[in-house]
Amino acid sequence: MEIGLAHYLTVAAILFTLGIFGIFLNRKNVIIILMSIELMLLAVNINLVAFSTFLNDLVGQVFAMFILTVAAAEAAIGLAILVVYFRNRGSIAVEDINMMKG
Amino acid sequence: MSLAPDLAAAAPELFLACAAIALLMLGVFRGDGAGRPIMRLSVLALIVALLLVVFPMGGEGIFFNSLFIKDVFGNFMKGLVLVGSGLTILMGWRYVERERMDRPELPVLLLFATVGMLLMISANDLISLYVGLELQSLALYVAAAIRRDSLRASEAGLKYFVLGALSSGMLLYGLSLVYGFAGTTGFTDLAAAFARDAAAGTPVSLGLIVGLVFVAAGIAFKISAVPFHMWTPDVYEGAPTAITAFFAVAPKVAAMALFVRVLMGPFGDLVGQWQQIVVFISIASMALGAFAAIAQSNVKRLMAYSSIGNVGYALVGLASGTEAGIRGVTIYMAIYLVMTVGTFACILAMRINERGVESIDDLRGLSKTHPMMAAALAIFMFSLAGIPPLAGFFGKLYVFLAAIQAGLYGLAVIGVLTSVVGAYYYLRIVKLMYFDEPTEVLDRPIGREVGLVMGVSALAILLFFVMPSLVVDGASAAALSLFAG
Repeated sequence: MEIGLAHYLTVAAILFTLGIFGIFLNRKNVIIILMSIELMLLAVNINLVAFSTFLNDLVGQVFAMFILTVAAAEAAIGLAILVVYFRNRGSIAVEDINMMKG
Repeated sequence: MSLAPDLAAAAPELFLACAAIALLMLGVFRGDGAGRPIMRLSVLALIVALLLVVFPMGGEGIFFNSLFIKDVFGNFMKGLVLVGSGLTILMGWRYVERERMDRPELPVLLLFATVGMLLMISANDLISLYVGLELQSLALYVAAAIRRDSLRASEAGLKYFVLGALSSGMLLYGLSLVYGFAGTTGFTDLAAAFARDAAAGTPVSLGLIVGLVFVAAGIAFKISAVPFHMWTPDVYEGAPTAITAFFAVAPKVAAMALFVRVLMGPFGDLVGQWQQIVVFISIASMALGAFAAIAQSNVKRLMAYSSIGNVGYALVGLASGTEAGIRGVTIYMAIYLVMTVGTFACILAMRINERGVESIDDLRGLSKTHPMMAAALAIFMFSLAGIPPLAGFFGKLYVFLAAIQAGLYGLAVIGVLTSVVGAYYYLRIVKLMYFDEPTEVLDRPIGREVGLVMGVSALAILLFFVMPSLVVDGASAAALSLFAG
């Protein structure tokens, strides 16, 4: 069986869904949320590279490079905010993030 | 194509980015004491950038390998963003100093966020859209958590970050699908491809519609439209008031401009696909903004729900998808900017015994202790409630007229009804100020800047009906430029 575009898109869709569920269903640890965010961005990258090969167009791969770069910056900022939060709260459990309702 | 790109086209963005980097270096070498001069210089940089927007070098057009578009709509929105950023930084600084968070990186971060906003307003490609949006968002995540010793501020930063990153992920997934199913990322090429399909009668592919929905959801997060509004009340309440004031003004205007640009530009021929989505989120935002705000006792949370509602009203204009509708959105955002800046100037001035207070009850009897501030706040509240002849009434008038012309009668009726409900909580504040006895007396307002911003915006709101053409003409030209191309 040949691996075609549809297979890549399916894998990416599954990974993306896992990422979203990881953010909403996880009750334990904020680090897991950061990992889920990375998972979503990587799913998008799989999508873009698969489309890029399929369309014979380099723009998709350029886009993927941009996303990788921004994802690195985003992870750095997320971890920094998490450290600040941990210093104030002494915990990074998701259920402890409840100072304000909502 | 010449090898040297036409840098003059992006003069405001380039100038602002270079100024931010230079100020960052100044802050590094001068240390923590340099907060105030760097704030002054950053406001000056915003003014210069505003001049570069108002008196542009070179003509309009598409630049940088069609990644960047310069048109009247973009210039108008950039002007609003720069005015909003400049005023909020200027009036918030005394508060920032009192709360001991006057570190030099704060104005620099806000400048970088403003550069991101300008870039996303001028985006003409999915890639430049994404990079501009992220530059703005990443700087604002840090700004929300800038008060490192406050649990509420860091919680606000964390929530903003997680939900913002989620929205970026959804936006990106949508962008990847649009790229895959349309085969290009340029707005011009996308618009041409969709126009060709529409002329040939080809049905729109399902993948493209899914992508469009994801993109709309991602941007709806940024403008805090229902059902993607969850972060707004918490972030508004938790972040320091000066930062909240910044969040409420410039990023909203920029994200709304981006929403208009994306939906009317590349997806203009798919209006049948996205119109229902925009109508739905518009109705949901107006209703939630009106009903959820009634129960609030914190004035910053109240303003959060108020901004959700206001975004709903602005989306009424976008939902109509006509030139009049876009003109309505543009006018609405201009008036929203002035009303919000003024209201937050009043909130910044709410201090008792050197400490900032945020409860609505602290406004009791304000008319007896601070008559000028009470009068200004009353003008903003009447305007937000949409009572003629104040500016807020005209903002709503233009979007509802556009909706009726486009045949969206239901949307206009719901909009009028929710604005009646919303009037309740705006007028409650006026009642507290004028008919209740004062309990605790607020301190004298801090700084000339706050009073100046309050007075000027109150006058602008009050006298809008004398010279509406100042804003309306600009907005008409801006809307026209989106349809001419």
